[in-house]
Amino acid sequence: MPDPHHLLEVRGLAVEFHTAQGTVHALAGVDYHLDRGETLAILGESGSGKSVSASAIMNILDVPPGYITGGEILLEGKNLLEMSAAERRRINGERIAMIFQDPLAHLNPVYSAGFQIEEALRAHKSMSARDARSRAITLLEHVGIPDPARRIDDYPHQFSGGQRQRVMIAMALALRPDVLIADEPTTALDVTVQAQILELLKQLQAETGMGLLLITHDLGVVADVADRVVVMHRGRIGEGGSVRDVFKAPSQDYTRRLLAAIPGRGPHDPARAPRADAPLLEVRELCKHFPVTAGLMRRETGEVVRALDGVSFEVGAGETLGIVGESGSGKSTLARTLLRLEQPTSGEARFHGDRIFALDAERLRAFRRAFQVVFQDPFASLNPRMTVLDIVSEPWAIHKGVLPRARWRDKAAELLERVGMESSHLRRYPHQFSGGQRQRIAIARALALEPELIICDEAVSALDVSIQAQVIELLKELRDALGLSYLFIAHDLAVVRDLADRVAVMQRGKIVELGTCEQIFERPEHPYTRTLLAASPEPDPDVQTERRRRRAASFAA
Amino acid sequence: MAIAERPAAPIPEPRGVLASALAMLWRDKLACIAAVYLLLIALCAIFGPALLGNVGTGLNLQMRNAPPGSIEQGWTFIFGADALGRPILPRIVIAAQNTLGVATAAVLTSMIIGGLLGLIAGYSGGWLAVVIMRFADIVMSFPSLLLAVVVLYVFEPRVANLVLVLAITRMPVYIRTTRAEVLEIRERMYVSAARVLGASTGRILARHIAPLVVPTLITVATLDFAFVMLAESALSFLGIGIQPPEVTWGLMVAQGRNYLSSAWWLAFFPGLAIMLTTLALNLLSGWVRLATDPEQRWRLEIKKRRHA
Repeated sequence: MPDPHHLLEVRGLAVEFHTAQGTVHALAGVDYHLDRGETLAILGESGSGKSVSASAIMNILDVPPGYITGGEILLEGKNLLEMSAAERRRINGERIAMIFQDPLAHLNPVYSAGFQIEEALRAHKSMSARDARSRAITLLEHVGIPDPARRIDDYPHQFSGGQRQRVMIAMALALRPDVLIADEPTTALDVTVQAQILELLKQLQAETGMGLLLITHDLGVVADVADRVVVMHRGRIGEGGSVRDVFKAPSQDYTRRLLAAIPGRGPHDPARAPRADAPLLEVRELCKHFPVTAGLMRRETGEVVRALDGVSFEVGAGETLGIVGESGSGKSTLARTLLRLEQPTSGEARFHGDRIFALDAERLRAFRRAFQVVFQDPFASLNPRMTVLDIVSEPWAIHKGVLPRARWRDKAAELLERVGMESSHLRRYPHQFSGGQRQRIAIARALALEPELIICDEAVSALDVSIQAQVIELLKELRDALGLSYLFIAHDLAVVRDLADRVAVMQRGKIVELGTCEQIFERPEHPYTRTLLAASPEPDPDVQTERRRRRAASFAA
Repeated sequence: MAIAERPAAPIPEPRGVLASALAMLWRDKLACIAAVYLLLIALCAIFGPALLGNVGTGLNLQMRNAPPGSIEQGWTFIFGADALGRPILPRIVIAAQNTLGVATAAVLTSMIIGGLLGLIAGYSGGWLAVVIMRFADIVMSFPSLLLAVVVLYVFEPRVANLVLVLAITRMPVYIRTTRAEVLEIRERMYVSAARVLGASTGRILARHIAPLVVPTLITVATLDFAFVMLAESALSFLGIGIQPPEVTWGLMVAQGRNYLSSAWWLAFFPGLAIMLTTLALNLLSGWVRLATDPEQRWRLEIKKRRHA
């Protein structure tokens, strides 16, 4: 007999946050439902309210400032909002479990992985310590931790990012919940690891028949694993339906814009030839080794971590070189070394033929003017105590004589308008802007000294897709108008594809493949490049189904 | 990302710095009262000795340990009189000058020098940092009274030496606090951004690190104020620093201690003055911290609103 109720149903849920700036309607009447064995994706950008309904389901909404002002949450027809706190606690973990984005922050660092899984088990069921332990080992094995009997006593920091997420999944699945809520489960992970975790979730779902509620901003992930999707925008559900319908024939403007903003889908721009013969930046056999220290006295063990291991490349004037690699591949060390924030172990880099690492103080100042950077995190790269005017005009305060003080305000206003903001923003402070706007301010600051080359270190990685597209568009415009060169560092292949003329793929401190954008994306030669390309999810359900089928076939063979 | 988009706070029309500071002070009623109280105490410190000098030092043996609450002998005896029949209220007013002078000088000296040493230790690292931190350790482990006796032995017992002793003994607190904060802040990305722009070390310290450390130091300093006032009385008792007939609040508390069971008002009112001053400073420093932080300032700029 079919169950008359959905497994989980949210009806007309409304949540408000009372803040100093007034009441924010985080959710304004949201409806969705989830059945057994089904994956529902809630897709939305930051601030859309996509995580708020999950918090309400798990009863972890911050009250105050948040208040549930209407609607109901039904688990097999029973309204969770009418239950007592004790009943809610029993349901959490046992019937509904949740995994979070950042497993390092959500695992307690002072307890071993095994202890935390056992705790999840014993909090709900009376179970002997020995049984709990053997069950924990089984669970760790199940989620693909190698040698679980030994690793069970390891602490969270001893696991890699992907493994930590697996431990968290093991905790969530300990009590065989009916519903698993995954809030951005793979956002902090590398693409190859993301593919493995998504695979694992699918496989576990097939085994247990649980309903999976996947909250994400990543259209590729939705296309890969979800059956149905609801698109959230400003606290409302824009549209919902099967992934195929929504992706192929979106009915709402917002969804269409979101789909159009996906990077890396257009035809390749022909790689633009560098303007001059001599390269602007020339890097030869650059090495950066970090000594490994051990013990209390930080004794050097003689071993080294090779963050950069003989990196060579060139960037021509007006050219954009993309550098792609997963975390730990050394791409940020490369940026920091070239910016002279770190001293290289060996190797050389020349800018306009001058050796960067041998510049005297005066030449270094000139180099700083021509060589600028935009950092990843727009929330951390601007001083919170300085107004936008102070931030943008700081380069002129440092390099005296570039611009007389009387003209700072006008020039700063001009720069802000250049990056798509208003001159009235000059008096404000960084916290009053969104992530995309802050990144624009950081770009304006980088432009203040009219540099020739800008290093973009994951400059768009922290931004929403639609904002990402705008910032990339801005970078392109500035490049064409000002003749800038970029060294564009990213972990996201698709983003690089839109901007770069040539691409270098880094792995473990080495460049494994370097070629034009078209070569790398259409005819990759190195196996690692192929793995990377195969792992990054394509925001097209048909392509993903095909890939999944092929992968399954290759397993079977 | 968990950070929700917030509507930008309304931007008030630009006003003079002083006018907007006063408006923000008016919003925080407690800080406002504290500011008025401190202003009053400051006026006492400046004009008190000149106006009331004779009243506060004149002996009147008939009035020995006269209880408070009576103004038959004139308003000066409202808080009673001490063991030599000197009225307590004028003495508190007179003592404000010495007390606040010594405490302010000591706290400011230790805050500025300690803060600078902490900045250097936190930012430079290397042997200089080691030297500074070991200096802090030595001062901390060295009993302050012993240090005071050494100073007394070597130098003359003068007010300047008293300030010096108090400043040095309290310095480790500022050195350690500053260093810990600097170690964290210097790794922030906007500091890297400033270095990439070519900012000098001095500029990075002054523009990007110090403004975030100073509010913490001010809070520590206001808490230290009470400690320094009491420590000063202990040192004065030992014979370095303020000597009778000069008077400080701490000294008044110390002298009144012998009469606690028979005449509590001798120690109570100067003690109250110390407590209220510290409390007022603390309230005001909380306000300063809010008012100087652009992310928190809105709390003082908007009108209070009740939530549903």
